[in-house]
Amino acid sequence: MAEEMVTIYVMGKGYEVPKDLTIMKAMEYAGYRFVRGCGCRGAFCGACGTVYRTKDDYRLKVGLACQEMVQDEMYLAEIPFFPGNKATYNVDRLKPSSETVLKFYPEVFRCLSCNACTKACPQDIEVMEYIQAALRGDIEKAADLSFDCILCGLCASRCPAEIVQYNVALLCRRLYSAKIAPRAKHLDKRVKEIKRGKFDKELAKLMKMKKSQLAKLYSEREIQKAD
Amino acid sequence: MYTGKILESMKRLEATRGERLHQEIPLLSPDDRQSLLEGFHPDYKNDIFRTLKVGPSKGERTPKEFADVFEAYSAIDPAKFDLSSVDRDVDVLVVGGGGAGAAAALVAQEHGADVLLVTKLRLGDSNTVMAQGGIQGADKENDSPAIHYLDVMGGGRYFNDPKLVEALVGDAPDVLAWLERLGVMFDKEPDGTMTTTHGGGTSRMRMHAARDYTGGEMMKTLRDEILNHDVPIMEFAAAYELLTDGKKVTGAVLYNMETEEYLIVRAKTVILATGGGGRLHVSGFPTSNHYGATADGLVLGYRVGAPLTFMDTIQYHPTGAAFPEQILGQLVTEKVRSIGGQITNVEGNRFIYELETRDIEAAAIIRECFGKKNGVETPSGQPAVWLDTPIIEVRHGAGTIKKRVPAMYRQYERFGIDMSEVPILIYPTQHYQNGGLKINEFCETKVKNLYASGETAGGIHGRNRLMGNSLLDVIVFGRRAGAAAAERAAGIKRAGKLSLDHLSKFHKELKSARVGKGRISPMLLPEYRRPEAAKKKINALP
Repeated sequence: MAEEMVTIYVMGKGYEVPKDLTIMKAMEYAGYRFVRGCGCRGAFCGACGTVYRTKDDYRLKVGLACQEMVQDEMYLAEIPFFPGNKATYNVDRLKPSSETVLKFYPEVFRCLSCNACTKACPQDIEVMEYIQAALRGDIEKAADLSFDCILCGLCASRCPAEIVQYNVALLCRRLYSAKIAPRAKHLDKRVKEIKRGKFDKELAKLMKMKKSQLAKLYSEREIQKAD
Repeated sequence: MYTGKILESMKRLEATRGERLHQEIPLLSPDDRQSLLEGFHPDYKNDIFRTLKVGPSKGERTPKEFADVFEAYSAIDPAKFDLSSVDRDVDVLVVGGGGAGAAAALVAQEHGADVLLVTKLRLGDSNTVMAQGGIQGADKENDSPAIHYLDVMGGGRYFNDPKLVEALVGDAPDVLAWLERLGVMFDKEPDGTMTTTHGGGTSRMRMHAARDYTGGEMMKTLRDEILNHDVPIMEFAAAYELLTDGKKVTGAVLYNMETEEYLIVRAKTVILATGGGGRLHVSGFPTSNHYGATADGLVLGYRVGAPLTFMDTIQYHPTGAAFPEQILGQLVTEKVRSIGGQITNVEGNRFIYELETRDIEAAAIIRECFGKKNGVETPSGQPAVWLDTPIIEVRHGAGTIKKRVPAMYRQYERFGIDMSEVPILIYPTQHYQNGGLKINEFCETKVKNLYASGETAGGIHGRNRLMGNSLLDVIVFGRRAGAAAAERAAGIKRAGKLSLDHLSKFHKELKSARVGKGRISPMLLPEYRRPEAAKKKINALP
């Protein structure tokens, strides 16, 4: 049985491709060899943000080329890079507050609450919500809501206020984790114990063991019960 | 969604869920493990390997796809290549923009070195960014670096280099503390205690996670640090060949992936952190790896005389997506099993404890499909077994999946599969190269001034790596390489002369071994164009 084909328009140019492919695989089928616009191929890296429109619909839609399926009469363009503003800072010296966010990204003030960013997010993140949370100084909420961001940049590409949401989110997550979330005390304790050499003897003993001795110890290990 | 026989099989799985909930399956005995591996793990299939005929690891076995890039010519003709104009002169050249490269560059700069980080795609494009499940570190009261050590050695079947394992487990808590300070958003309890779970082969719950974007969250933070510290970077610049003064490494030839121009970098020390080689598709396996995982650093290091180690062992991750076909080979994080997901055959019966080490787990799945013919056949013909995910919510409550493994939930939801309601189909996928360039605990290769870290290096994990030890390894050995390479560079007044003599020698060796001229490496990018389209290419703009 012949494969069912659809027509897609890559930056306006039409290609016949099998209908069961993702945009990325369809472009490769058509003969494109990616340098830009292709990364992890698994929705973790944000290299393949894509804007598209379908026939007889004025609305712009978004997706990741590695995840989104082709449709007949799909007009698409990848946006593999966005020249967004990125502030530089030393997280150690910052206060987790809205003042900090606005100092580095004063354009956050300009948010019109139009929600174009949220509509443009291929990860379905509540982008406008986290920008509003950052503006209010609710850094924890901004960090939590933005967690799944993969830095594709589509939000910023649609923002009339020229906010670079993904960089604001990154600052918030770092502020929250470094400055608000309580430190893991057991971690600092363990680092000190290691520096004191508490485990050196035991490790040295294991390092000298023959395979058979290690194997015996290994099979006798007590396995911690999961809760 | 599921139809026909798959749907019928799913019904059987649902019927056994209640009794499986409290079913205990013991770990396999050492003898059973060994016979399972010998029978079904691809590492034991002799016909997928070839013995290397040239280079510093001549006589050793490696999968044919790796041998093809090691035993290959450079696109550069060393006799005609102009090295006279140096474009950049640095102390430390870091090749690779993943976790290991970024950590190395940050630490090298902190040590006062003049650093340049180059990467053939974007900063952060790496397997690190895709690593989901977690990062190990013995930081809890009931755990210790020694217990971690034993888990790593047993998992690697005792082949691991003890010095490298000591470094791995000993540095782990400090690495976690560093990441915590930088602001990596780890899963924590309200009092700050790290939330930890098991991974395959761990005897203590020491898997730290940032939901199921652990590597992504780490990479976003490290990338931000690189930019904040203004570490010089060059993206879309692949290292295409190393340069030597005849003995020591003195720099590299870079290739601009976009303009196709080359650049010459002189460097006192070079760190290879180019990651793995999943995109070579050993034995035709799908892969969970990044587009750029083509083993370039191994090729470069091999040509200047750095030996490889453990290149005859590949890790197949037990749970790659087998359906839908659009995401074939993509990772289903081990965390899904850490939090209670169960593996069953076509009848809905479990056949292996879910947190065996990955080699055992993968071999058991292959046996279930091919040896026992108890697999589920997907529409594309890809064999598969079930990963029962709804059972996670039965055990831990509704909403657990969306909260603990949001990336996985989203991956399936995009194709109309709600994994909190229905199970998913999985099969092993090529995930990690256990071997790599041989290093010592300071990340030195056998070639002077050449360092390797991350997946490019071998010996740390023996013949099988545990979950969560690669995210750990990239930072531990990235930092070590950065420090060692910077210190060494500080003692070198000026990098030596730049030559490609090693390449002329290597080309001669290839010729005497009758390797055909058509084989070129490093690969840089895999070829996924439709063959008919790729074949009809003409070089019209030479």
